Amino acid sequence: MDALKSTFGTLYKYKDLVVQLVSRDLKLKYRRSFLGYVWSVLNPLLIMIVMTVVFSTMFSRNIHNFPVYLLTGRTLFEFMTTSTNAAMRSIIANASLIKKTYVPKYIFTLAKVTSCLVDFVLSLGALLIVMIVTRAEFTPYFFLFPLVVIQIYIFCLGLGLFLAQANVFFRDMQYIYKAVTTAWMYLSAIFYPITSLPENLQHFIKTYNPLYYYIQQFRDFIYEGQMTEPRVFIMGWVIAFVTLGIGILTFRRSQDRFILYI
Amino acid sequence: MIEVNDLTIRFNLASEKVDNLKEYFIKLVKKELMFQEFLALQHINLKIKKGEAWGLIGTNGSGKSTLLKAISGIMKPYKGEVIVRGEIAPLIELGAGFDMNLTARENIYLNGTVLGHSKKFMDEHFDEIVEFADLHEFLDSPIKNFSSGMKARLGFSVATMVNPDILVVDEILAVGDARFRKKCNIRMEEMLSGGTTLLYVSHNIDSVKKLCDHAIWINRGKTMMSGEVNAVCDAYMESLEQDKK
Repeated sequence: MDALKSTFGTLYKYKDLVVQLVSRDLKLKYRRSFLGYVWSVLNPLLIMIVMTVVFSTMFSRNIHNFPVYLLTGRTLFEFMTTSTNAAMRSIIANASLIKKTYVPKYIFTLAKVTSCLVDFVLSLGALLIVMIVTRAEFTPYFFLFPLVVIQIYIFCLGLGLFLAQANVFFRDMQYIYKAVTTAWMYLSAIFYPITSLPENLQHFIKTYNPLYYYIQQFRDFIYEGQMTEPRVFIMGWVIAFVTLGIGILTFRRSQDRFILYI
Repeated sequence: MIEVNDLTIRFNLASEKVDNLKEYFIKLVKKELMFQEFLALQHINLKIKKGEAWGLIGTNGSGKSTLLKAISGIMKPYKGEVIVRGEIAPLIELGAGFDMNLTARENIYLNGTVLGHSKKFMDEHFDEIVEFADLHEFLDSPIKNFSSGMKARLGFSVATMVNPDILVVDEILAVGDARFRKKCNIRMEEMLSGGTTLLYVSHNIDSVKKLCDHAIWINRGKTMMSGEVNAVCDAYMESLEQDKK
């Protein structure tokens, strides 16, 4: 608790810096492109169409409304990989600044994850469009989806902080992580039904894949239109905060030595 | 105001290149693989009172900037301690927080918030900054198109807009033109008469003598001499003369 307090105590003073950094990321992302922010919606839509064409014939028997099934998993996974990858490089990318002025270093990681969050929320527009086009059923549970967004944001922030500090001392991290996320994608039941896996592997994913807790909840609320299992819901929050705790502790322990390695 | 007690700062000199396996294991055993120690500052003691102006002199690589970074909180002491009371405006490098792809307007806000100001505060002082930097007509062009002098002007304006308790100035004004340098010197003198403590690094001994009342001479990370400005500067100049012979 004390660690949390002293780490985020400066946050109030630097809150405007976070806003500035996030708006910088968003401004520069689409600067000089004709469609600009429309790409945040269009991109997932196009990828969804490609993947639907490729996979729907393979799995269409088991999954009703494949586009929505796919998008609910994919947007979450995409947010997780882009935000943690950006967070991992956030300290090294801002090395010149960290060497020359005093700024709490976690601000850069926080800003990166947050700007990815904005992009993620925009990409949910694609999901909404697909739901309307495919005449998916809207239930009151749909409006619970922000709870999942908050959980995965906290989770990614924690993971991002951990990766950012590890990457400073051990640059091989980014290459290892690339392989890890690829494996992670195939183990998250994004474009196939989880029931098509062998029983023991299903159990493994449902228990040990943190991302699956979020995808499961997200699909329950949006795709199935039902309340999620209490166990999954509670574990989602627990995993998020435990990850954040680990992230903050490791980051705090090593942040004073960053300057010697960047 | 500022107290530096027995300060030692450690640097990492590790070379990126390890050519062969043998060297790799030797370094691994000696724990030098990613880390090779170098003490940039050793046992520095310094006491600075409010309102004093201190010049830091010494040859290149002697540790002047490192001392400024330690006082600004960018580097943490390896041994010893640094105690600072009051708000610091560090001008280690002008426009350190600038993003070359953003416009001058956006950079003023970004750099201001990097220095710890709020958005509201920046709104209030925006005109003042633009006025001092004298960059009205280029406000909305990306600063990658700016000359280094223009960037320095913008950076100096943002950094000195507040009245900090302590102003830390590394050799940064060399790129500005004569008119702007004069403007900067006037601003620094104004701040000094207003009770701001100044820490100033320069190779221009005349400007040190003009601005400062105390000086510390550092050589290879060790204090050679510290005290009244003229005595220290003269001793330093003398040693330079001796080197030449």
